[in-house]
Amino acid sequence: MKEGAELRNEREFPSGKSGQGVGARLPRKEDDRLMRGRGRYVGDVRLAGLQDVAFVRSPLAHARIRGIHVPERYRGSVFTAADLVGIKPIRAVSGLPGFKISEQPVLATGKVRQVGELVAMCLAPTRAEAEDIAASVTLDLEELPAITDMLKAREPGSALVHEHWGDNVFLETNYEVDISAALDAPIKMTREISTARQCMSPLEGRGVVATFDSRLDQLTLHSAAQMPHITRSGLAECLGMEEGQIRVISPDVGGGFGHKGILLPEEVCLSWLTMRCGHPVRWLEDRREHLVASSNCREHHYRITVYADSDGSLRGIDCEATVDSGAYSSYPFSACLEAAQVASILPGPYRMPAYRCRTFSVATNKCPILPYRGVARTGVCFALELMLDLVAAEAGLEPGEVRLRNLVRPEQMPFDNITKKHFDSGDYPEAMRRALAAIDIDAIRAKQKQGEADGRRIGVGVSIYCEQAAHGTSVYSGWGIPMVPGHEQASARLTPDGGLELRVGVHSHGQGMETTLAQVAHEILGVDVAKIRIILGDTAMTPYSTGTWGSRSMVMAGGAVATACRELGERARRIGAKLLQHDPAAVVLQNGEVRGVNGSVSVKAIAHTWYRRPQDLPADVDPGGLEVTQGYKPVRDSGTFSYAAHAAVVAVDPDLGEVEILDYVIVEDGGVLVNPLVVDGQIYGGLAQGIGTALYEEMPFDASGQPLATTLADYLLPGPTEVPAARLDHMETPSPYTQFGVKGIGEGGAIAPPAAIANAVNDALRPLGVELMQSPITPHRVVAAVLAARATKRSAA
Amino acid sequence: MKPAPFAYERPRDLNAALSMLAASNGSAKIIAGGQSLGPMLNLRLVQPELIVDISGLAELKRAEVSGGELVLGALVTHADIEDGRTADVTRGAMRGVAASIAYRAVRNRGTIGGSLSHADPAADWISALAALGGRVTLRSLVGARSMAVEAFVVGALESALQAGEIVEAIHVPARSASAHWGYAKSCRKTGEFAHAIGAVLVDPTAASARVVIGAIDTAPIVITDASELFGGRIAADYKQRLDVRVADALLAKAGIDDAAQRHIHVSVLKRAVQEAAA
Repeated sequence: MKEGAELRNEREFPSGKSGQGVGARLPRKEDDRLMRGRGRYVGDVRLAGLQDVAFVRSPLAHARIRGIHVPERYRGSVFTAADLVGIKPIRAVSGLPGFKISEQPVLATGKVRQVGELVAMCLAPTRAEAEDIAASVTLDLEELPAITDMLKAREPGSALVHEHWGDNVFLETNYEVDISAALDAPIKMTREISTARQCMSPLEGRGVVATFDSRLDQLTLHSAAQMPHITRSGLAECLGMEEGQIRVISPDVGGGFGHKGILLPEEVCLSWLTMRCGHPVRWLEDRREHLVASSNCREHHYRITVYADSDGSLRGIDCEATVDSGAYSSYPFSACLEAAQVASILPGPYRMPAYRCRTFSVATNKCPILPYRGVARTGVCFALELMLDLVAAEAGLEPGEVRLRNLVRPEQMPFDNITKKHFDSGDYPEAMRRALAAIDIDAIRAKQKQGEADGRRIGVGVSIYCEQAAHGTSVYSGWGIPMVPGHEQASARLTPDGGLELRVGVHSHGQGMETTLAQVAHEILGVDVAKIRIILGDTAMTPYSTGTWGSRSMVMAGGAVATACRELGERARRIGAKLLQHDPAAVVLQNGEVRGVNGSVSVKAIAHTWYRRPQDLPADVDPGGLEVTQGYKPVRDSGTFSYAAHAAVVAVDPDLGEVEILDYVIVEDGGVLVNPLVVDGQIYGGLAQGIGTALYEEMPFDASGQPLATTLADYLLPGPTEVPAARLDHMETPSPYTQFGVKGIGEGGAIAPPAAIANAVNDALRPLGVELMQSPITPHRVVAAVLAARATKRSAA
Repeated sequence: MKPAPFAYERPRDLNAALSMLAASNGSAKIIAGGQSLGPMLNLRLVQPELIVDISGLAELKRAEVSGGELVLGALVTHADIEDGRTADVTRGAMRGVAASIAYRAVRNRGTIGGSLSHADPAADWISALAALGGRVTLRSLVGARSMAVEAFVVGALESALQAGEIVEAIHVPARSASAHWGYAKSCRKTGEFAHAIGAVLVDPTAASARVVIGAIDTAPIVITDASELFGGRIAADYKQRLDVRVADALLAKAGIDDAAQRHIHVSVLKRAVQEAAA
């Protein structure tokens, strides 16, 4: 029987509905610690002899380094590239044909290619003193022309970020399915659409505490990391050490979102430094470093044409997408994952017969672009869903109607789309219908006709996406990047008192996995969730894993935990049969007990006997014991496809440019939900970030490459008053390929809001002749567009 | 983001504070609530040799009505005003302004004197107090001087304070029974610095109006005799008579080249006028 096939939906998990297993809305176990301020983060690590590091960072976006001058009194406390003998640069190569390799020196050599690039490392007993030293170091830089506009960077004759390339293009890709078949479509809409560069802004920034243990001959790196095993591999490559000589510990992590999946030059620097100076060293990213030098994401540009029949049926999409990849290829995802992914996911959840997409990953003098929650999907959803609203307007249809006409239909599942994505299951039109009904589209249209007394204009917008999650070996081997996920491993061990320890290589930084993975184990073994400990975030204590990214942990680590617990349960069952003096075939494991006709013995008693009273076991007992490690892959590793329809109602003030979200509805389908409460939290958090993309967050640069939003006074994040009380509705279509039918949902919340909100704003302002095709939708952009539309009307009149 | 080293003093009385400032020859900074200076120190945008912490000076915490005007010590916090712990002669106008400043945490610590001294164009008091006809008293070891708020704020982050001088008190005239008050601002999110501020005090009976257009890149535009903004005369129908072209021209003259920015400022001013007339 296929895995998961025996358990098809939530109604079949009675333990979850009534108690603690799959499907239970269990409050998060970890919140007892985290919500009382008892979490332990990198910044809380205290080691004897610890000293602090501050970095000298490049003040220029592009310059040749002529000299680094350290005052005499600080010699010995300042380290530059010249000191880092034998340390290799960070190299994140992609195997895609034509990819150009960048080498990111951990401390700059020769040139600096972005503001904030590390130039020197300063060591002192406190961070303030280290910053004093950093301020005393002077750089002799020969400024070079900065490349800040990705479209200009593509033009011949542009200044070059990496001279030996001859241009600024990391990678160009082309994908086409018979675009000529669409060219005679009666509706043809072409636009330029863009999303701003953002900063991920988790509550906790990055941080590193490094120390070396000469007894173990081992470097220990405490780092706020989503993927500790991958960090270890990258460190070993840069430092020239054996992986066994490195232990990466990622303690509590205050939000990752992709930023903490990246190997940082700071991690390499501090690893080298602790071995050089013989005592622990620490660097904690401050908010300015975070904004200026590290966590950039999202900057996309699209030239897109959508072809459709006059009834709104899609005939094809033709797109040229450019992503500003920044100065370097980041480890392990590379500089091209984002842009190249655009080509494969742009068709979204829609059917179409023709398609063409050309993508460019462009190097500029900005921070490397990093994969942020949703990765390329937020930009793609924004571009495609804005275009579908234009098609709707052109065809004279409701935007929702155009979606319903083109979405993949439930009877077509599983469905291979035009870019060969394999949609596993779901009813996409139903999600859209529910969203339209919940937002009450008819009532809003009626309200719009009346107009608002306060002069604001009401608009409604929808968007829908699908999110490929937990995609595995077959997908990632094609990218040829330093990391390809294989079988996910989990270890399960019963303790002598009947508790359960689970070890997994993924990490939890807000996802609630200490609860949800325990629920999975409870579903199989019946052990009380309170007695299940999840051990994660430590390469010395957990099985290898590529870690937490790509909405994969519940599918992959959840599947591995289930598999390991099944094997552990089988071991317990066989021991239990011996204790009951039964044939093993005649006993079952149920609700934490092994039962036969003669009676039952608890898993707790079995564990106690195995560890503490082996004298009670017969001589022919299976010697394997109550500790197992098992690997897991879904039946198909092309990924689960969760999806959601979002609907937003906004009020726009055309004179002030302010946008207020009046109502927000999300209908999502994440397959079987292990813990709907945790899923709700994931969606609310993603929505907040999506609202940030839609309305607030932007990292602008001036022409010389200086980032202009260097504090949170200029880089605006949505706060509690900017995030509405969204209404959620869950559908639960199981995936046919995974344990319990679960799907990955971690990123989805952040994908659709910019599109839904922009469509709502455009719906509100369309009668004024206004069209906004750029995120974020700031008051200034709204008012400028309103004034431009008025001027156009005047000149036409 | 740690400050450069500095010396720190917390004087017991105003004279001691003034002596320290005089002795520092301009290398000292005064800290009160620290809501602006704190981040500037951490970002090393300012690197004073000495920080004089005046938060213990009881004489700067007084608030009293004297001779028909309200006298607020420089250390009165925004929250003191918001919560009504200070007397009010503006019939709620100041209370409303205080309640809309940043976030409650900022209002708990931030002071009215500190806000004026910092002279951030986007802050509320420099615009609101200019519209209300407020004055400031500055004191140094040499003595005291007094000036209108609009004369005190010279430019972005620039005030008339000289080395050794401190804002001692703020004087707010009583708002007459016939004067209308309107205050509006546009912020991108709750608690954020304003991108446009409009403050108006219109007395149709007296045919007078003070109008402030604030949160521009420099000192607010303060129009003490605003009749031109209302077509040459101020009367009961002033709401209908606001001439947005005059406001737009003032903004252009102040160097705001961007039409959308001017439009937002003018629209905010219009809201303030509407609020006054409501």
